[in-house]
Amino acid sequence: MSAFELLGFGEKGWGALLLQATAMTLAVTLTAFFFGGVFGAVVARGKLSDSMVARVAGDVYTTVLRGVPDLLVIYLLYFGGSQLLSSLYRLVTGETGFIGINAFLTGAMAVGVVSGAYQAEVFRGAYLAIPRGEIEAARSVGMSGWTLFHRIVLPQVLRFAIPGLGNVWQLALKESALISVTGLVELLRQSQVASGSTRQPFVFYSAAAVLYLVLTSVSTWTFNKAESTAMRGVRRA
Amino acid sequence: MAEGSAAVPAVSVRDLRKSFGALEVLKGVSFDAHDGDVISILGASGSGKSTLLRCINMLETPSAGDVVVAGETIKLRQRRDGRVEPADHRQIDRIRSGLSMVFQGFNLWSHMTVLQNVMEAPVHVQKRPKAEVRDEAMALLAKVGIADRAGYYPSHLSGGQQQRAAIARALAMKPKVMLFDEPTSALDPELVGEVLRVMRAIAEEGRTMLVVTHEMGFARDVSNRVLFLHQGQIEADGPPQELFGASKSERFRQFIARHAQG
Repeated sequence: MSAFELLGFGEKGWGALLLQATAMTLAVTLTAFFFGGVFGAVVARGKLSDSMVARVAGDVYTTVLRGVPDLLVIYLLYFGGSQLLSSLYRLVTGETGFIGINAFLTGAMAVGVVSGAYQAEVFRGAYLAIPRGEIEAARSVGMSGWTLFHRIVLPQVLRFAIPGLGNVWQLALKESALISVTGLVELLRQSQVASGSTRQPFVFYSAAAVLYLVLTSVSTWTFNKAESTAMRGVRRA
Repeated sequence: MAEGSAAVPAVSVRDLRKSFGALEVLKGVSFDAHDGDVISILGASGSGKSTLLRCINMLETPSAGDVVVAGETIKLRQRRDGRVEPADHRQIDRIRSGLSMVFQGFNLWSHMTVLQNVMEAPVHVQKRPKAEVRDEAMALLAKVGIADRAGYYPSHLSGGQQQRAAIARALAMKPKVMLFDEPTSALDPELVGEVLRVMRAIAEEGRTMLVVTHEMGFARDVSNRVLFLHQGQIEADGPPQELFGASKSERFRQFIARHAQG
């Protein structure tokens, strides 16, 4: 069979499965990136806090999760998590049994907590980039709390964060390939399966590389677009 | 509360002190500003004049003393470590919305157009209807002479235009008192005039203004009272005709001699 047929959409072709797997990669990365955004926002808030405890906790989070291999975090959450739940199950019910956990959510969570460590740094830097005078001006007209946050702080944090978030997104997209170790059929896993059963690893891994590049190019374009929209009114040096 | 509302000062500062660490910047300042007063606050840099202004709307928390706005004392409390902090943030937010401030660095919100800047606080702090606020905002922009720049972002305006936009933003709150913190100090010399003209027009409407400035011309011709701060204390206080004519303070005479070009 030619490479064209192997990658096509015919009866023996893997095209549809590869596209499906690409969609899975995109879905798991989006979920992970969203988790990362939530963790990142909370951790950045902690690192910017007046409270010593919150600052230390934030530092520990970013130091640990940027300091251990991502694959280890996946193993820890997926295999470790499932062992922990099984023990818990035994403790509560007295019966032995294995509890498997959802590979999609666990994988997204694992990539998400790591992404959160990077996003926290991006958000913190973006917050610090807001001119202090603009926050003072908001306080001076009686703004505080939520109004100050969502009218003045958040829009500026987001726009200063976009370039950094683009990088973190790209990282998460590539790290999502590591989730293949849990058996989740995303792009890398699907290409492994296809090359195994057809003995055509070169074809399938090349195809996967191209599909990853399509995803990253589209995201780069999207982030650039978002950046130029958000930077309206900012004078570039 | 005092007897009649006419007798209640718009802003009253009583024995105000402020220290930054070991450095005492304000060493007990007291004065009253009445409705319609235009008070210029002069002094060399480091004399505490900006700090004084920033203590009035609590952008800096005084170390001791009281600020009373329209008869209402801003509540402060002492923390266990001895530092003073605001006791009631809601009270401060409410009082601040009646004391709008114009900053040396303009401090327009850079993610909003000029019109959005002017409308922001009336709509989102005072919760007034958007359509009504928009009309008022456009009128204010016309008044400060930049109606044609309503849709521009601040970074696309000159410093003088930005400061006029900031004045329109401050006016939009319908403040009882306006605080100006060296509004022309960051401007190129040729842009100072346009901002001073706007400030003079506002003063002529009878608004209450506290103006920290280096502009001797404004202090002498527009304000009805001048406070001269020296090392954290009021060194001279009186109507400009009196002070600029023959102040009893040797320091003030030296100060105006150095700023004679105004």
